[in-house]
Amino acid sequence: MRRTTIGRSVAALSALAMLAACSTDESLDEPATESAEEGADDGGEGSEDGGEEAEGDSDEWFDQADYDEQFEQRSATFEGDPEQPWMQYIDGDMTDTSDYASEGAKKVCFSNASIDNPWRQTGWITMNQQLEVLQEDGVISEMETRDAQADDNTQIADIDYFISEGNCDAFVISPNSTAALTPAVERACDTGLPVVVFDRGVETDCPTTFIHPIGGYAWGIDTAEFLSENLEEGDKVVALRILPGVDVLEHRWAAAEQIFDENGIEAVDYFTGADPAEIKNILADELATGEVQGVWMDAGDGAVAAIEAFEDAGQDYPVMTGEDEMSFLRKWEDTGLTGLAPVYSNFQWRTPLLAVEQIFAGEEVPTEWVLPQVPITEDERADFLEANDGMPDGHYAKFGGEDLPGYPDVWQERIIP
Amino acid sequence: MTTADATTIRGTTLPMSEGGTLGRLGRALRTPGGAVFVLVAVLLICVIVANPNFGEPGSLIRFIGRTAPIAIAAMGQYFVIVSGEFDLSMGSVVTMQVVLAGNFIGQDESRVLPVMLLMVVLGALVGVVNGLATTLLKVPSFIVTLGTMLALSGLVLYLTGGAATGNPVDSFRQIGRGGIEGVLVLEVIPYPAIILLVLAVAAVWLMRRPFGRTLVAVGDNPQAVHLSGSATWGLKTRAFILSSLAATVAGIILVGYAGVHPSVGQGYEFTAITAVVVGGVVLGGGRGWVLSAAAGAFALELLFTLLNFVGVASTWRDTVQGVIIIVAVAVGARAWQGGRRRRSAEPTTPGAEPRHTGTPTTPPDPGTT
Repeated sequence: MRRTTIGRSVAALSALAMLAACSTDESLDEPATESAEEGADDGGEGSEDGGEEAEGDSDEWFDQADYDEQFEQRSATFEGDPEQPWMQYIDGDMTDTSDYASEGAKKVCFSNASIDNPWRQTGWITMNQQLEVLQEDGVISEMETRDAQADDNTQIADIDYFISEGNCDAFVISPNSTAALTPAVERACDTGLPVVVFDRGVETDCPTTFIHPIGGYAWGIDTAEFLSENLEEGDKVVALRILPGVDVLEHRWAAAEQIFDENGIEAVDYFTGADPAEIKNILADELATGEVQGVWMDAGDGAVAAIEAFEDAGQDYPVMTGEDEMSFLRKWEDTGLTGLAPVYSNFQWRTPLLAVEQIFAGEEVPTEWVLPQVPITEDERADFLEANDGMPDGHYAKFGGEDLPGYPDVWQERIIP
Repeated sequence: MTTADATTIRGTTLPMSEGGTLGRLGRALRTPGGAVFVLVAVLLICVIVANPNFGEPGSLIRFIGRTAPIAIAAMGQYFVIVSGEFDLSMGSVVTMQVVLAGNFIGQDESRVLPVMLLMVVLGALVGVVNGLATTLLKVPSFIVTLGTMLALSGLVLYLTGGAATGNPVDSFRQIGRGGIEGVLVLEVIPYPAIILLVLAVAAVWLMRRPFGRTLVAVGDNPQAVHLSGSATWGLKTRAFILSSLAATVAGIILVGYAGVHPSVGQGYEFTAITAVVVGGVVLGGGRGWVLSAAAGAFALELLFTLLNFVGVASTWRDTVQGVIIIVAVAVGARAWQGGRRRRSAEPTTPGAEPRHTGTPTTPPDPGTT
């Protein structure tokens, strides 16, 4: 009895292992994750006409029209002063706000998705400094903030609380996820008060203005084109992704995957949760399997761990795209690798409060306020490093708060309000 | 026939001590605690078949280095589980230590030692709280450590706001990242591998001491231990302290290996528990070998590596881990039971009849209970 059951336990677990090892043997010749393979198949068939059926995860998030639009917007002309990119926008529909025009300081209610990553923390600091300016100018009396800690249900409750008991004059909402928050944003619109949405989007055009940089596709296009230009056909790129299901992140990968396919770059994608230990393990395994010529990231958090994985394995540095986070810019300079720092313009955290100012002044605002989104190239890197000297590693180079009170101490000390 | 067998055996030696060294080794390999070493070997062969590069000594030793923190955590968790409790706070302790190292050491090399001392003290303190609340306040350890887990992750969230701060000074990170360079064949021996070896030896020594023996006994039958005059609360509290200290060491290694991020250490408690269970240690305590827990960690990491190599998306990892934990507990429990009722289950086909008649008439085997 004992012999048989124990034998079975070993047999069961080893069978499991064998099954995993042997049943998928054919994929060993061209190691790629399932999604990458699916993408490759679809790319051959339907990428040109753009009307492909949603099949794999990545296709679900790929919209050819949005892709084309953002492709164009990368070279669009922006209205406004280039010295103040946070006030720039692409010419388009404007919302008439003359009905909102009124005197006096207003109360703003801000429903924030979370401050659980360095990008959001940096923006949150900048936003508070902008608030200080507007409070001194008598535009805003106070800003009541509720942090949903990355939970959809909490954020829906936060918005409903603001609607019923907040005594708000205007809503600012940074949604946690696209579909789940749409009804709550619609309820906020129904109050008749101005609603400003920024960063991630919702599936309604009811807000007074929706503020965001060009978008995820533009990020994917910039980064994947850079890698494709600097790599040969058949080279391997490891794509490190934070988490599935967030539109801005999914769009980055959907666009990049498309371009890698077109250029014959072999791309394998992994979800890391931004955990540096996970990133190192993934790359260590990949480097043990074969050479990796490129690393693509859907956000710069963890970029340093990725570079260290190559150092630890004693391999040449990859061609790499990170983000404008200081830790990556510094490591990029130290190592001298070929890289690009795409930017998801952090200065957009200033814009919502400035939009509120314009709305109550009765000035028209863009219905969809598309902010510039320009990557940092190797030539510009030194300037940004110098401009942000003394800033902590989690700081973002294009934070756009140099003219605000408290600069640079507030950002250097990085005290989260 | 069964009773005749029983009397002869009881008259001579304990069943597990019969036979020569080879016989005993063979028998040990057939217990769940021994079978895990077979599993590690099988998985290792599978991984090397899937990717021959992995078999190079340099790759293997690096793999050992990177698995060291989880193996150390599994050994810490072993002490708690074998005494009949759980430690769910382990992952949060790892994260707390990682964040403390990042915040307090920063770029100042002179702070390395004091901060490490602080980390050890805090780690021990968490263990004391877990242990005393479980034993003196009689709160189930599942609840106590769930509480400390939440409290500590709240503290981490407060300290960091949920995002990474800068990495500590490089010399401190060498503990987890560096190694002895220029070694023949292996190229490099990572420090984490050495730390693992030292701790494994220490753990085996500890388990052979009266402390270790009584700890296993507490997990098996706390009342008997209590009646025999040992303070069970002290034993269990020490087990919790060892667990938290193991998490602290894992944290120190991980700061070096990976860097500071609030996601480092997340889910470590479950990986450690899975590893312990795969190592054949019985949940509820009383059975299992400390090195099997470490081997369980290696089996788990090898399996994940294998899944990586054959191209299974990493999103399946949690599912695999969930299935393994259920299968391992089920198989392990049945297998140990098989050992316990060796003679009652003489027939190879376990029918309903012998079980009904055999169990009540056969007295418990003194050697294995």
